[in-house]
Amino acid sequence: MRRLERPRALPDAPALPLLPVDDDPGACSVPRGGGWRPGARWAQAEGARAAIAEEAAALPLHQQPTMRELGRRSEAAEHPFKRAPVAVARQPVPAAPVVHAVPLILAEAIGQRQLIAAACPAALALGLVPGMAITQARALVPDLDIRPADPAADGAVLDGLTLHAMRYWTPTAAPSGADGLWLDLTGAAHLHGGEARFCAGLVRFCRRFGYTARVAVAGTPGAAHALARYGREAVTLVPAGGEAQAISALPPAALRLTSDAITAAQRFGFDRIADLLPLPRGPLARRLGLASVTRLDAALGRVAEPIVPVVPEETPVAKRRLLEPIGTAEAIEQVIADLLADMMLLLQARGRGVRTLVLLLERIDGSEQRLAIGTARATRDAAHLARLFHLRIERIEPGDGIETMRLAATRTDPLGATAVAGDLTGEAAVPDVATLVDQIAGRVGEAALFTAAPVESDVPERAVRRAPPLAAPTGWPAWRRPVRLLGRPEPLTGVLALLPDAPPRRFTWRGQVHAVVAGDGPERIHGEWWRRDGEVWAVRDYFRVEDESGARFWLFRRGDGVEPATGDLSWYLHGLFG
Amino acid sequence: MMSATARRHEAEALLRESGGDSRAGAAGVLPFGIAAVDDRLAAGGLALDGLHEVSPATPTLSDDAAATLFAVGIAARAAAAQGRRVLWALTRFDLYAPGLEQAGLDPATLLFVEAREDKDVLAVMEDGLRHGGLAAVVGEVKRADMVATRRLQLAAMTGGIPALLSRRWRKAGVCPLGELSAAMTRWRIVCAPSARLPAQGVGRPRWTVELARQRGGPGFTLELEACDATGRLALPAAPRDRAVAAAGAAARAA
Repeated sequence: MRRLERPRALPDAPALPLLPVDDDPGACSVPRGGGWRPGARWAQAEGARAAIAEEAAALPLHQQPTMRELGRRSEAAEHPFKRAPVAVARQPVPAAPVVHAVPLILAEAIGQRQLIAAACPAALALGLVPGMAITQARALVPDLDIRPADPAADGAVLDGLTLHAMRYWTPTAAPSGADGLWLDLTGAAHLHGGEARFCAGLVRFCRRFGYTARVAVAGTPGAAHALARYGREAVTLVPAGGEAQAISALPPAALRLTSDAITAAQRFGFDRIADLLPLPRGPLARRLGLASVTRLDAALGRVAEPIVPVVPEETPVAKRRLLEPIGTAEAIEQVIADLLADMMLLLQARGRGVRTLVLLLERIDGSEQRLAIGTARATRDAAHLARLFHLRIERIEPGDGIETMRLAATRTDPLGATAVAGDLTGEAAVPDVATLVDQIAGRVGEAALFTAAPVESDVPERAVRRAPPLAAPTGWPAWRRPVRLLGRPEPLTGVLALLPDAPPRRFTWRGQVHAVVAGDGPERIHGEWWRRDGEVWAVRDYFRVEDESGARFWLFRRGDGVEPATGDLSWYLHGLFG
Repeated sequence: MMSATARRHEAEALLRESGGDSRAGAAGVLPFGIAAVDDRLAAGGLALDGLHEVSPATPTLSDDAAATLFAVGIAARAAAAQGRRVLWALTRFDLYAPGLEQAGLDPATLLFVEAREDKDVLAVMEDGLRHGGLAAVVGEVKRADMVATRRLQLAAMTGGIPALLSRRWRKAGVCPLGELSAAMTRWRIVCAPSARLPAQGVGRPRWTVELARQRGGPGFTLELEACDATGRLALPAAPRDRAVAAAGAAARAA
């Protein structure tokens, strides 16, 4: 929600004042480009200066020439990109809740229904609450700004915030639900001047980015979660041991109960968490479920609920600065081998394997070159990766010399320890096909390598698609199919055939007459009406025929020979059996 | 993994039985399983570490398809024996994978490479042969000279993998097998009329298979039945006694 509002919330940038441009030579006695400038004559003359100053002062304020235009050429020009004065930068950004003229809601599809995922304050005030059907909202308020919800982007923003929190605030941070953040302030609050100051700073930080923040500090994650979402204040600080007191006034839904448990709590008349506290545990667990009791205990600190922190991923980078600039292929290859050895150690420590490696070469003239390789399967085989770089090493232009080389693994996949194949049993190890795939992809391009995979379609030309080279596709139904298929069926002429279902007796293809001695068929294939209108009634009758010389063809006739709507009875050759 | 190794052991035992070890290189041979063919081959089958060329006898597309299927059958039997994949390099992809599956090469076994020109196809084939983790490497080219074929033959010996070079017609009247080559065997395939079935329909396809040239032996020509679902060829059944048919015809005529 906030993410969408942000572009709107930003105030329009004030138009830059038009700065005087000094391209007018004016009444200068020496034309532009002259080496010696004695100064403007009109400025040297006695009295003229005062007259002009008077004239300028008579003008309205915004038309008055600047000092620079008046001839003081030594004065520094106003820099157009000069940093704004500090006082301006400190002005509070008018961010906090943006009120839209048109209520804004976000729609999400749950099954076949469109529901409100989030609503702006204006929409909330009109009674449009999250979970309501979009159609109902439209009926209530005709003028609505409805936009699709994007949970993935929301999650990305939250992840970014989590990483920021890990870097600057506390080492233990994790996203909580789709809209919250858990920060473990234990031992970190004093670094920010205490919990109260930290919370105020956090709210300010969020407001600067256009977000509304609600902060609660409590001894347990459960209590903090409940107070941040259901508490009265935007910032709540719970003293140690005061969790039960603090959350007792909140509704049971604040405890992260399941929807069933919330319904049950409403049915039993538990309006506040305070109602749950004095109850005996057994009956409470039977009514609301054991999970609800565990949640309550976690919020009160009777059950441990650790925060599982997010571990930031960093791209593994190996770097070599070279003492002397290098330019020969052998030297570059040697450095690549060293970099790969470093990189493999880094990856081994993390239990990951390379999918994409980028080599950045900085030349002595400051320009940078990139060289990327990809692998079909995660690998830590330095020799194999060196071979892949070897195939591309000719694309490097060393120029005057390369002084720094960096190797970054931009994409990695988990890769555990792999067994050494065949060494103990004595039989030779079979090399992995993935290395061959990488090698060939380096030679002819990645798109040139593929396997054929089935598509659920009876139309022959649509039954095959290209799949990645290491896929293991399944097969096709066992109808007789030719080994070569023409890219486009070729029309036949002079076809002699009995209607409706006999193979042709003779036909002419590419100017040659074929007399058919045997034929199988028809195999009727209907058009796929869901693809396009032209195929609604279309029918192809396929025949496998053999001519007198033994050549075997796959022919089809458009139309079933009875209904004219199914096709025009023209004949085509589509494939060849061996 | 176990089943693949077991299959491989079985295949090796089969190869030893066929007596291929004594006559061919260390990699053994891949017999056709037809005595009439295997006995006439110098190695007792196709050498597993050699280059073999296949070409249609005429420039028609149907003979081209037959030659393709012949190569498919060999590759399918090699893949089934070893449980490994087959690399197929070509310049224009007009193969129909369901048809290949019906000759024994299922899609999970096949790995296609569509290169821009013949030079790339030959380079890719060489990569595949030297890699050593495949069952067979098939390439379709229009032109491959003596140097290229010798390189392929050497790569095949290095990897111990059969290389199948399918030579396609470039120009009418110029047989692709006319070019010099270092191949172990050179095959020429042409479609032959199938046996007539008593009912309407096309019988099992037949080819006239000509071994145009082989190392250490003379060529021959045979009529064979085409690949079945596992890539095996067969010798056509001996013709029926003509006298009975004639008698039947005479009886019907009477």
